[in-house]
Amino acid sequence: MARKLLLEKAHVEGIRYYDVYRREGGYRSVEKALKGMTPDEVTEEVKKSGLRGRGGAGFPAGMKWSFLAKPEGVPRYLVVNADESEPGTFKDRYLMEFLPHLLIEGMILSSYALGANRSYIYIRGEYAWIPDILEQAIAEARHNGWLGKNILGTGYELEIYVQRGAGAYICGEETALLESLEGKRGNPRIKPPFPAVKGLWDCPTVVNNVETIAAVVPIINEGGDEYAKIGVGRSTGTKLMSACGNINKPGVYEIDMTISVEEFIFSDEYCGGIRNGKRLKACIPGGSSVPILPANLLLKTAKGETRYMNYESLSDGGFATGSMLGSGGFIVLDEDQCIVKNTYTLARFYRHESCGQCSPCREGTGWMEKILWNLETGKGKMSDIDLLWDIQSKIEGNTICPLGDAAAWPVAAAIRHFRDEFEWHVLHPDECTRRNYGLAHYADPIYVPATA
Amino acid sequence: MSEQLFKVTIDNITVEVPAGTTILQAARQIGGDVTPPAMCFYTPLKGSGGKCRTCLVEVSKGSEKDPRPMPKLVASCRTTVMDGMEVKSVTSQRVLDARAGVVEFLLINHPLDCPICDQAGECHLQDLSYEHGKGGTRYEFQRRTFKKHDLGEFIQLHMTRCILCYRCVFTADQVTDKRAHGVLDRGDHAEIATYIEKNLANDFIGNVIDVCPVGALTDKTFRFKNRVWFTKPVNAHRDCDKCCGEVTLWMRGDEVFRVTARKDEWGEIKTSEKTGKTGWICNDCRFEKKKASDWTVEGLAPIARHSVIGQGKYPGLQRPSETIERVLDGRKPRLLMDIHTVSEVNKPGIELSEIKGPATGDVFKQ
Ligand SMILES: Cc1cc2nc3c(=O)[nH]c(=O)nc-3n(C[C@H](O)[C@H](O)[C@H](O)COP(=O)(O)O)c2cc1C
Ligand code: SF4
Ligand code: SF4
Ligand code: FES
Repeated sequence: MARKLLLEKAHVEGIRYYDVYRREGGYRSVEKALKGMTPDEVTEEVKKSGLRGRGGAGFPAGMKWSFLAKPEGVPRYLVVNADESEPGTFKDRYLMEFLPHLLIEGMILSSYALGANRSYIYIRGEYAWIPDILEQAIAEARHNGWLGKNILGTGYELEIYVQRGAGAYICGEETALLESLEGKRGNPRIKPPFPAVKGLWDCPTVVNNVETIAAVVPIINEGGDEYAKIGVGRSTGTKLMSACGNINKPGVYEIDMTISVEEFIFSDEYCGGIRNGKRLKACIPGGSSVPILPANLLLKTAKGETRYMNYESLSDGGFATGSMLGSGGFIVLDEDQCIVKNTYTLARFYRHESCGQCSPCREGTGWMEKILWNLETGKGKMSDIDLLWDIQSKIEGNTICPLGDAAAWPVAAAIRHFRDEFEWHVLHPDECTRRNYGLAHYADPIYVPATA
Repeated sequence: MSEQLFKVTIDNITVEVPAGTTILQAARQIGGDVTPPAMCFYTPLKGSGGKCRTCLVEVSKGSEKDPRPMPKLVASCRTTVMDGMEVKSVTSQRVLDARAGVVEFLLINHPLDCPICDQAGECHLQDLSYEHGKGGTRYEFQRRTFKKHDLGEFIQLHMTRCILCYRCVFTADQVTDKRAHGVLDRGDHAEIATYIEKNLANDFIGNVIDVCPVGALTDKTFRFKNRVWFTKPVNAHRDCDKCCGEVTLWMRGDEVFRVTARKDEWGEIKTSEKTGKTGWICNDCRFEKKKASDWTVEGLAPIARHSVIGQGKYPGLQRPSETIERVLDGRKPRLLMDIHTVSEVNKPGIELSEIKGPATGDVFKQ
């Protein structure tokens, strides 16, 4: 059984509250860091750990921290991205609900490393009950001297504030988040300047995902090198996966990124196989924005090798035959699911969540949704499939923020891997409203040409 | 300290520009086809640009120091040049494809109501689609509509024509005392509006009409009164205690139909000669001073050669020779009857530029 670094104590009775959390060894990393390490040493440990951002892009956290501008006399900020609105992703919610003190402990370490005296948690508006949990934990931490002025007598000062969003996916994009946090309309900013130079209130700012910040705690407790020993290659440490869809055991799992996709889906320790004895058809392995893969390419790469649950292996083959680990929202589709309908649902989501600033995303997402609706309801034409392809290619890479790409990729991947199913919808306009295309050949072994 | 000059090459043409210049501005120095179209950037407005994506270009060499190309196309209006940078605009197929895509996106929900739009003839979206668009459309759905909002007595809003360039929002923020309108909602239903129906009446709010690249914000006092290419632009000024008082009058005969700020060849408001600042004009000058006698006329305003507004208004043009006399064997055409000498039915006393609102049957009934 894999080691758990984040969720190890999640099921200890009362771990939500300070006394239990502290009794179980909580906050010892803060003692270690504030009393025995300089801020730069903390950053150095995070660098050594190889920790990559858990919010989706997978950017090395230590490197991001070292880019932070440090002009004299200008405050710096840490902002924790708890907007978690990507369909399929619900791991941060779990962390904050069960282990709020772990996040706060991580924030103290990170703020100390960055030299921030004010830090924010920007939380998704729909998580209406979680700010209370966080604020209670913050109050407990302050009461016990972990927050406020002169923490542990070291002279270091830190306050943490919780800010609720109003229910917009786009406010998870880091610069839109900062705009919203400043009280403005949540439009992504045009970069450069990057937040590391001009972020919140035009001051240097680091934005990190909840899980990224929580992972700093085991890194400091065990040391960056120890943390880096877990996992493989550039996928170090553990990753939370939120698994959902047609599986027997949906939920949040902590994995150490050495297991295969097959094991993750079918073993009883994790998803427990496909529900009702159905067969696996497809999977979106890292949240709604990443490319969907048919069963055969999901379990094996195009080279015929086993695919593993880590950054490198999931993206093996690029977008042609691979996908991404993304934010870890693992959505499984069985043989009864319709890929056209699934793609339509995602397109509708992105149309609804576009901020509307830039023309390709504002206009293109709505256009794709309408065409997909026609295809799904048997009113589509063959030429619509190529048109969809063309539209997504004109959005991708040409927008201000990655939401445009995130809207384009699922459509591109669905057409790339499931073109027959789209064509079947066009050729069988009546039948497609009554039944689904089914598994077809999507789980058949892939032919791998022999190499000399 | 002497100003640092950067060499930048755009479509194989090299210019030297001061550090901090954007690619778009460098391209404008070169001019011609090389210059990317820009629908949202507006030099006098801080923070504008980056949104419409029409100005995308390819950076094939980052700089002398770091020659790596930039992986994505970049918005030239918001990307500053580096020394030794090489940029491709019309020489890049990627750029041309992306630009065609953006033009198509901007048009799929546009109502294409140019025949009844006051902006026609000076509309940047018309120019853009003419130069970079296609003849047909691949869009087969209902075009978007909005609930109507009334912005008060001066400014007419047609949301269906808006391209969400945010210029009017920046203008209201930076030029007026208080912004009373903004972008509500998001995505493809984002709209320009006031939250509670509000009269936009701030002293300088009329400038939003000038910055709007399309016919989304037009002048109510000029609405439906004339087509811009039938009017003649002349530069004029008056002493105004609120603004620079330097304007362009849009005239027909002695009638002043419309007053706007003075714009340069990119459609941007020019720097005032008097104040040295951007020549924003006040609502008084724009909406109230509609008599030629209010103004000191300086002369014809320069109009870009490609514009329809220049039609037949400039001296030194070769006119086609008259054929009537030739076909009538040298006889002059004869006026049979001047209707105004026998009938007042057309109410010759009515000055179209002075009536409130568009001319309707009611104006002539009385
Ligand atoms: C449209 C959009 C939505 C996003 N939503 C989230 C989110 O809900 N949570 C999150 O942590 N990151 C989100 N991100 C990624 C953030 O922009 C940013 O990369 C991340 O917070 C950085 O943290 P990390 O390096 O720790 O992953 C989103 C990005 C985009 C483009
Ligand atoms: S890509 Fe979409 S969400 Fe992002 S800035 Fe542009 S319109 Fe807004
Ligand atoms: S109304 Fe005009 S100026 Fe304002 S955002 Fe729309 S197009 Fe731009
Ligand atoms: S002019 Fe550059 S993006 Fe609009």
